[in-house]
Amino acid sequence: MATGTGNLGPPQRSAASRLNWNDPSFRAILYQIIVLGLVALTVWYLVSNLQANLKSRNIATGFGFLGLEAGFGISESLVEYSPASTYGRAVFVGILNTLRVAVIGIILATILGTIIGVLRLSKNWLISKVCSAYVETLRNLPLLLQLFFWYAIITETLPSARQALNPLPGIFLSQRGINFPVPAFGIAFDLILIGVALGLIGAVAFRIWAQKRQDRTGQQSPVLLVAAGLILGMPLLGWLLGGAPTEMSVPELRGFNFRGGASLSPEFAALLIGLIAYTAAFIAEIVRSGILAVTHGQTEAALALGLTRGQTLRLVVLPQALRVIVPPMTSQYLNITKNSSLAVAIGYPDVVSIANTAINQTGQAIEGIALIMAVYLSISLGISLFMNWYNKHIALVER
Amino acid sequence: MTAPTATTELKPPALSQGWLGWARENLFAGPLNTLLTILTVWLLLATVPAFIDWALLKAVWSAPTASVCREAAGGACWAFVYEKHRLILFGLYPFEEHWRPMLVVVIFLAMIGLSCLRRFWTPWLALYWIVALTAVGILMWGGVLGLTYVENERWGGLPLTLILSVFGIAFAFPLSILLALGRRSNMPAIKALCVIYIELIRGVPLISLLFMASVMLPLFLPTGVNFDKLLRAQIAIILFAAAYLAEVVRGGLQALPKGQYEAADALGLSYWQKTGLIILPQALKLVIPPLVNTFIGIFKDTSLVVIIGLFDLLNSLKASLVDPAWPGFSAEGYIAVSLIYFALCYFMSKYSQALEARLATGHKR
Repeated sequence: MATGTGNLGPPQRSAASRLNWNDPSFRAILYQIIVLGLVALTVWYLVSNLQANLKSRNIATGFGFLGLEAGFGISESLVEYSPASTYGRAVFVGILNTLRVAVIGIILATILGTIIGVLRLSKNWLISKVCSAYVETLRNLPLLLQLFFWYAIITETLPSARQALNPLPGIFLSQRGINFPVPAFGIAFDLILIGVALGLIGAVAFRIWAQKRQDRTGQQSPVLLVAAGLILGMPLLGWLLGGAPTEMSVPELRGFNFRGGASLSPEFAALLIGLIAYTAAFIAEIVRSGILAVTHGQTEAALALGLTRGQTLRLVVLPQALRVIVPPMTSQYLNITKNSSLAVAIGYPDVVSIANTAINQTGQAIEGIALIMAVYLSISLGISLFMNWYNKHIALVER
Repeated sequence: MTAPTATTELKPPALSQGWLGWARENLFAGPLNTLLTILTVWLLLATVPAFIDWALLKAVWSAPTASVCREAAGGACWAFVYEKHRLILFGLYPFEEHWRPMLVVVIFLAMIGLSCLRRFWTPWLALYWIVALTAVGILMWGGVLGLTYVENERWGGLPLTLILSVFGIAFAFPLSILLALGRRSNMPAIKALCVIYIELIRGVPLISLLFMASVMLPLFLPTGVNFDKLLRAQIAIILFAAAYLAEVVRGGLQALPKGQYEAADALGLSYWQKTGLIILPQALKLVIPPLVNTFIGIFKDTSLVVIIGLFDLLNSLKASLVDPAWPGFSAEGYIAVSLIYFALCYFMSKYSQALEARLATGHKR
């Protein structure tokens, strides 16, 4: 048997068979070379057109314009800005404004969406119908239309500042936006903030210590009570240390506008309300399907083991529901961030609207749009990374 | 001790039967539930009657001028919508030619309705659509058959919204299938290209793509060549929609059991035979509901062309809102346009749910 050599061993690949049309791997390499070649050719063609066009239109290239004076005003800004600032500064203001609306929007939409999603599952017929109606209506209308609607309501239907609506003492709704009182505590305010930070750190530390103790001895500690005490108590201590001030800066009508307090501009308010109301409808559906995905047997088994209703929800239902909820929730958070770019339609100075102004002034469309895309891609990447980390944290640990 | 006899059968308590029992079970089960019911009823009583009063009872349905309407009305002034309905629905299209966009809307709605019936799910449907879309083009542009030519800067309103969505979906869908197949391909270069494309597009807002199409695209074209704004917006919508649809299609491709791929290979089918005959028919069926949801999203997103100045349904409404003769009727206008968007989106989502139920073959995993 050992005499049969040659055709029993692994097939020898000659140079001829490597270039064989019937060999799938050869065809694959050929196809890829063709596709890459076509892509490269298209890019080269477009770039050569671009260079010719830029030369003929006398448009500068590069990001040098970011150092030039912007020369336009921005209606609201979290950092210091004036028309004499640079384009770079203006874009930075825009990024901060985008992040501001995105972060507040994500937090509030999650809260509202979760409440609506849970209430839609309620046994209460009336309330589940009302929540269904909310979800069906808001989901089926374009967001831009909703933003225009809220903006029109604020700027047209609400009274002028002189006849501002006053639903709660100190809170004024008018065409100038929403004005509300803020505490004017001076040094005590900083102490309270430090208290909040210390309280949070203390709560997390206690939670870790309690977990270790439970692993070691089996004894449970009242984590929730202690954490709540720390988070509420530390700021209270800071407030007392600062002399327990009670002054508030309340908005007051002076002339045609309000003085004192804090305010949300009509643009910001409309954008925020629109984004929250719209995204909450989607989040409600995600939360609802997540809770429905946990079979009823899980709840019954937990109750049979003697867990209380609260423990069942916290230790059995929620951890399993979260696994279903987190991935689609991530894409909703990304959507809020991307949808905040609709700000440009109602005049809120987000990064798109400021970059657009810069494009119109300098003509440097490519750099401007590259900037917009880079900003959104980095924000998206950041949210994705965080949510993927969180997802891994709560994922099922398979043994 | 008297045992109950058959004749003295006890009735269930009145509170657990009939509408009282229903209310007790569904509205007043427990203190928290009762509180929620009372709160909701209070909220509804505070808003719904006021809204009905405003929108129906005190509304004015026709009035010659805005001031007459405003004086007569304690509520909504629907006369504004009646006055402006041609502008809202058809934009800046020449007034005496409005029957043409009207017919286009009818053709679109009829074709969408037709495509929803399973009886018409044959290869002929594609042909019907090609005929219908050609008819749409002829009607909108004109210039032949004795129709006057209307350049597409003047197109607007509902027909434009429908054109952008239908053409957007029609071109994006085949592209998305190729992208999804590419992303699942074994060839590293093609896979990388598809991944980069899909993730790049999904990572940025549609607005930035529309801006790109309106201010950046002309710079990339040779001098002398230029598309009009409508076509550029249409291209941006197609590219955008393709990336989102590709991810939905990929979901279907991944949900298919591996055995299907291996069985097709074992039968000796080529790649395209395998894909066309075995994989796609099953994979696409799996993802019909998310596909329709994405279609709804695309339909809603076409409203973003407002930002680059195309007169779709939403922008035509904005144009009619700034008429100085009829100022300050935004709420009425937005509600009227909302009804159109809502009707179409709600129909599509209900249809997808019905289809999902009917196509279910018990293979759901």
